Amino acid sequence: MMIRQSFIEMNARERAAALLDPASFRELLGPFERIKSPWLPLQGIVAQADDGVVLGRGLIDGRSAFVASIEGAFQGGSMGEVSGAKIAAALELARRDCERGRPILPLLLFETGGVRLQEANLGLAAIAEIHAGIIAVREFVPVVGVVAGVVGCFGGMSLAAALCTRLIVTRQARLAMNGPEVIEQEAGIGELDAADRALIWKLMGGEQRYATGFADDLVDDDAAAIATAVRWAVAMGVEAEPRSRQISQYMARLAAIDAQHPPTPVALRRLWQTDPVA
Amino acid sequence: MNLKPTLSSRGHTWFDALAGQACSLDTGLPSVRVADGELNREITRFIAVVPDPNNRFARARSGEVGVDEGWQLALQVRRAITADRDCRRRSIIAIVDISSQAYGSNEELLGIHLACAAAADAFASARLAGHPVIAFLVGKAMSGAFLAHGYQANRIIALDSPEVLVQAMSKESAARVTRLSVSDLEQLGRQIVPMAYDIESFARLGLLRTIIRHIDADRPTSHDVARVRGELTDAIGDARASAANLSSRLASEEARQTRAASIEVRRRLAEQWDAA
Repeated sequence: MMIRQSFIEMNARERAAALLDPASFRELLGPFERIKSPWLPLQGIVAQADDGVVLGRGLIDGRSAFVASIEGAFQGGSMGEVSGAKIAAALELARRDCERGRPILPLLLFETGGVRLQEANLGLAAIAEIHAGIIAVREFVPVVGVVAGVVGCFGGMSLAAALCTRLIVTRQARLAMNGPEVIEQEAGIGELDAADRALIWKLMGGEQRYATGFADDLVDDDAAAIATAVRWAVAMGVEAEPRSRQISQYMARLAAIDAQHPPTPVALRRLWQTDPVA
Repeated sequence: MNLKPTLSSRGHTWFDALAGQACSLDTGLPSVRVADGELNREITRFIAVVPDPNNRFARARSGEVGVDEGWQLALQVRRAITADRDCRRRSIIAIVDISSQAYGSNEELLGIHLACAAAADAFASARLAGHPVIAFLVGKAMSGAFLAHGYQANRIIALDSPEVLVQAMSKESAARVTRLSVSDLEQLGRQIVPMAYDIESFARLGLLRTIIRHIDADRPTSHDVARVRGELTDAIGDARASAANLSSRLASEEARQTRAASIEVRRRLAEQWDAA
């Protein structure tokens, strides 16, 4: 029997290597390059040599690929100028290669609270460039995203996850635009109690996101299972109408929602169950 | 019930001033106004997200981008792409006065992240298809709402006004998340350019094409409107003559200074990309 290896317990570098073909991972802009945040030291925060994003090239089922793996343990996986630019730049180079007839598969491992507030507008700008990069390269190759946990995927990076051709989640993943604390701050505790963990998992947990069609695959916290899911997602190829272009379907679904009496998370699973024929 | 928007806002003001009423399209959603107007004798699509006190989602009544708004933006932008498939791509002007995305548990349940992604996707697709997309900042351009409505534009231009603010998160939420006081955050913004909220600081990041000065942002005169139309026309010409990607945001003198790290990452990654 194979011994299950937790993916969530791995750091970003181990995750990146675990999902590429064995021994194919070659890190780019690694820690010895020392491209660090120019903004954190100005605020008395120690910068990290890879700024919390591990970037590498390698193979997926023998095909050329790159992986961007966000380190949730550094500043909550937040996107600063450098970490964001690493992901955006890789997507831009992948698009260039695709245009030149050398397809390269992007694999994005999300573990991020969104914008790094110490770099604020430069994080937001980098996230807009990541969106642009995913949209531009997605015409050529499937962009595969993984949200494993523990941090989850929030803020502007939840839009990046939504833009992926295929999104893989675990039960330990959370995916939402606004984190619970931000909703409570902006809309009051009556809107959402950030301490109500059970409710938060029902709203934005990986199982719910998969059951309501916001993710394509739900896998166990097992490195081999996630690696298999990535290969399955790659094999499915480019999507003519990715989720973010299914406008009429989602507008019809939303039109059927009574905003005064919205469905519970469980009820929404029945309403929005992924229909394989659709 | 009168569904006509009654709240005044910069979004309404500039939508009316630039597009006029005659050519408005009925979106069926009062919070998203769309018109095919004219700029420099060319058909131009104007799109604004505006307050709607009767919005069926309570958290989206003050001009926020909610689930309905995100998908509606996507629909209206994609209709322009489809309509122009075989002819000159019309310009699309996103008039930006948006306080935030809608913060609510219903919004999260119903996938506001996907609705906003759909809008960003549509604007980026329009840009890639050859439509000049211009974001015109007349008020707040905040957070995920700006990602959905404006940040995929070829060019960003802004009015010079204290109410024109660009930032990743409201001061109050940023204070809670960073565990700093609002006044500490304001102090930091004076030292750390990307943490500031004002448009002059945003301009120093090199992401902005133009600040249009000496305009009455709330009650523009016909002269003000003519000047803005001229700036929009210039930005459109610039966009048509340039690459359809976002590379202009790294090309300005300000970007070379403030976004030096963004440029350095790209330069060094390109060097290593194909190395053995």
